[in-house]
Amino acid sequence: MRLILTNCSVLGKETRDIYIADGKFCEAFGEADADRIIDVKGALVTPGLVDMHVHFREPGQEYKEDIGSGSRAAARGGFTSVCCMPNTSPVVDNAAVVRSIVKRGKDVGLCRVYPIGSASKGLNGEELSEIGLMKEAGIVAVSDDGKPISTAGFMRKVLEYCADFDVPVLNHCEDKSLSGGAMNEGPVSTSIGIRGIPSASEDVMIARDIIIAEYLGLPVHLCHVSTKGGMRMIREAKARGVRVTCETCPHYFTLTDNYCENYSSNYKMHPPLGTQEDVDAVIEAIVDGTVDCIVTDHAPHHQDEKEIEFSLALNGIVGLESSFALAYTYLVKTGKITLDRLMDLMCHNPSDILKLGRGGMNIGDDADLAVFDIDNEFVFDKNKMLTKGRNTPYDGWKLYGETMLTVMGGNITYEKLC
Amino acid sequence: MGLKNKDLLGMKQLTPEEIMEILDTARMMKMVIESGNKKTTHLQGKSIVTLFYENSTRTRLSFELASKYMGSASANISTSGSSVNKGESLLDTARTIDMMGTDIIIMRHNQSGAPHFIAPYLKASVVNAGDGMNEHPTQALLDMLTMYERFDTFEGKKIAICGDIYHSRVVRSNAIGLTKLGANVSVYGPRTMMPIGIEKMGVTVADSVIDCCRDADAVMGLRVQLERQKSSLFPSVPEYAKFYAITKEALAAAKPDAFLMHPGPCNHGVELPTEVYDCDQSVINEQVTNGVAVRMAVLYLLMARRNEL
Ligand SMILES: [Zn+2]
Repeated sequence: MRLILTNCSVLGKETRDIYIADGKFCEAFGEADADRIIDVKGALVTPGLVDMHVHFREPGQEYKEDIGSGSRAAARGGFTSVCCMPNTSPVVDNAAVVRSIVKRGKDVGLCRVYPIGSASKGLNGEELSEIGLMKEAGIVAVSDDGKPISTAGFMRKVLEYCADFDVPVLNHCEDKSLSGGAMNEGPVSTSIGIRGIPSASEDVMIARDIIIAEYLGLPVHLCHVSTKGGMRMIREAKARGVRVTCETCPHYFTLTDNYCENYSSNYKMHPPLGTQEDVDAVIEAIVDGTVDCIVTDHAPHHQDEKEIEFSLALNGIVGLESSFALAYTYLVKTGKITLDRLMDLMCHNPSDILKLGRGGMNIGDDADLAVFDIDNEFVFDKNKMLTKGRNTPYDGWKLYGETMLTVMGGNITYEKLC
Repeated sequence: MGLKNKDLLGMKQLTPEEIMEILDTARMMKMVIESGNKKTTHLQGKSIVTLFYENSTRTRLSFELASKYMGSASANISTSGSSVNKGESLLDTARTIDMMGTDIIIMRHNQSGAPHFIAPYLKASVVNAGDGMNEHPTQALLDMLTMYERFDTFEGKKIAICGDIYHSRVVRSNAIGLTKLGANVSVYGPRTMMPIGIEKMGVTVADSVIDCCRDADAVMGLRVQLERQKSSLFPSVPEYAKFYAITKEALAAAKPDAFLMHPGPCNHGVELPTEVYDCDQSVINEQVTNGVAVRMAVLYLLMARRNEL
C-alpha cells in the first residue's frame, strides 16, 4: 500500500506530508502513484504508541478478550505495539505458547503483539520458566504479573538468570502478607467498610526490588507504580545509579479512592486507587522523570465478573482506548509536561526498555503512526469501545485527543472518518 | 412524612430530621408492642421479604415480628455463604424477588455495599439489615432509641464504644448517626482492630477502656469474634478480657447515671464480665424490644413515602 498523509502536524512541530510505501516511511512520490491520499487537516501525528503492559487474555479466556479484539482496541487507542502479560490459561511459560501468540498477533495484523513470558512455571513463584527458549521464540521480557515475583530469594534468581539472556524483568509490586483487601486502606475504606490494602504493601515490594537490583547491579522494571512512597524510593534509587525503571497508568493520575464510595467495581484495580497525595506524587514523578513509561494495564473482564459485589469483583479496568486522551488531557493540555515528554512515556521509553526498536519516523523506519484530534473535545463512550470489556471508569468523560487514524507497518489499522 | 429515599441503605443516607422522625415514630410503635393487642394495619396489603445471606437469629426475628405486628405478608429466604458460589447471582435473586410484587426487601449480606449494589435495579425498597463491615442502620437506630428514651437531646452527649472497631458495622452506623445528631463518640479497642482513618468519621480514638468510658453518658460493648485470634488480631481470651473488656472499674469511670449497651449476642467473660452484663446499669434486654419498635418505624416510614408518590 502506498499512502500519502497530507497536512500532518508532526509532533506539533512542523506541518508536512508523510509518504509511506512497502510498510516504511519513504521519500515523497507523486499523487498518481498513491493508493490512497488522506488529508488529516493539521491534526497531530505521532509515532505509533507502545504499551508494554496489557492483558489480552488469549489463550484461555477469550470470553474476556482475544488477540483480535485486543488489537482492534489498541489500534483505536493509537497503539501500534503492545506487550501481553503471561497470566493466561495456560500460562505463557514455554516456547510453544509464545510462538502461538506471536503467530496470532501476526495473523490479526492490527498491532505488533509482543509476548511477555512468566518468570516462574505456571506463575508458581518457585521454579524458573524456560526463559532462554522463550526468548528465542519471541518474548521481550518476563513477569509474573497479576502476582508479585514471590520471594526475595526467587527474585534474585530471576534477575540473575534473565541477565544471561538480556531479558528485562518486570515486577508487580505487592506484598501479599500486607494486601488482601479490595481498595486503598484509609478513611474511605474505613467509612464504607471495605477491607483496605495499605500503600505499604506496594512500597515494601518496591523497596525489596530496589535493594536486590542494587546489590546485584542488575536492571529491574517496576510495574504500575501508584504510591507516593514508591515514587520517592524509585527517585532516590535512580539518583544513586540503581538500574530501576518504572511505569504508571492513567488511572493513577486521574482517579482517587474517593471514587470507590459508591461500590462501583470500575474503580477496583490492583494496585488500588490511592489518595490525592498519591495522585499528586505520581504526577510529580511523571514530570520530574522518575516515571519512565505510561502503560494501561488493560485488563478486560466479563460483566459477570465486574457487575457484582465490590469485594467479589475482579481487579482491573480496560485502558487502551482512553489512555492517550487521558494522558494528553491531564498532562500535556494542563501544561505539566510537553508532548515530547509524553512521547517518551508512551513510545520511546518502553521501546528502549524492552529493545523493541519502535518510535522512529525517519525515512526507512517502519511506518507506525497515529493521528489525534487535540483541538476538539470529545465524550468518551464505553459503548463505542472495540475491546470486549466494558469495565471502564471513564464513560462520559470529556477529553481531548481522540484517535483519528492509526497506521502500523504501512497499513491502516484504525480510521475514524475525518 | 416518610423517608426521602426509596431505600434504607445506611445512616450515611439519612438526614438528622429523618433519624428523629424514625425515633419518634418508634416510640409510638413501642406502645403498640407493649399493649395487649399487637396488631396494626400500617402495612396491610404490603409484602415483605427477608433475604439473609448470613446467619442471624435476633435481627431476622425482630424484622419478622415488626412486619407481622403491622399486618404485612412476609416471606423469608435464607442462604448461607456467597450467592456467587451457589450459581445464581445476587442481582438475579433480588430481581426475582422484586418481580413477585415485593414492596420491601430486607437484606443481610456478608459483602459491604451489597444492598447499595442491588437497590438501584429494584422497584422494591431495600432495607439494609447489615452489610459486611459497612453498616447496620437499624441496630444503630435501636441503640439511639434506647439513648433517646433517657436523654432529652443527643447534643454534647458522650457515647463510648469498646471492642473490635475494625470489623463492626454497628460501630460505623452508630458513629455516623450519633455524630449527625451532635453526640461525641469515643472508641477504643486493640490497635489491630482499629481501622486506619476512623477519626475522619468524627469520632475520637481513646487510649484505654477507662479513658474511653470516662464521663460517658452511655457505654457500648461490642462482640469480639473469637476466630479473630487465629488471624493474630489478639493473642488470647484472657489477655483480651484483661486489657480490653469493659470492667466494673471502666464503667465506674462513666457518669453515675450512664447505662451499658451491647448489640448481642455477648461473649460473657470476654468483652463483658458477666457481673457487668447483669448490672443495674445494663439496658441490654431493653434494646431487644426497641429493635422491634425501630424496625416497625422504618418499614412504616418507607411505605409512607410510597403511599405519597
Ligand atoms: Zn499487575
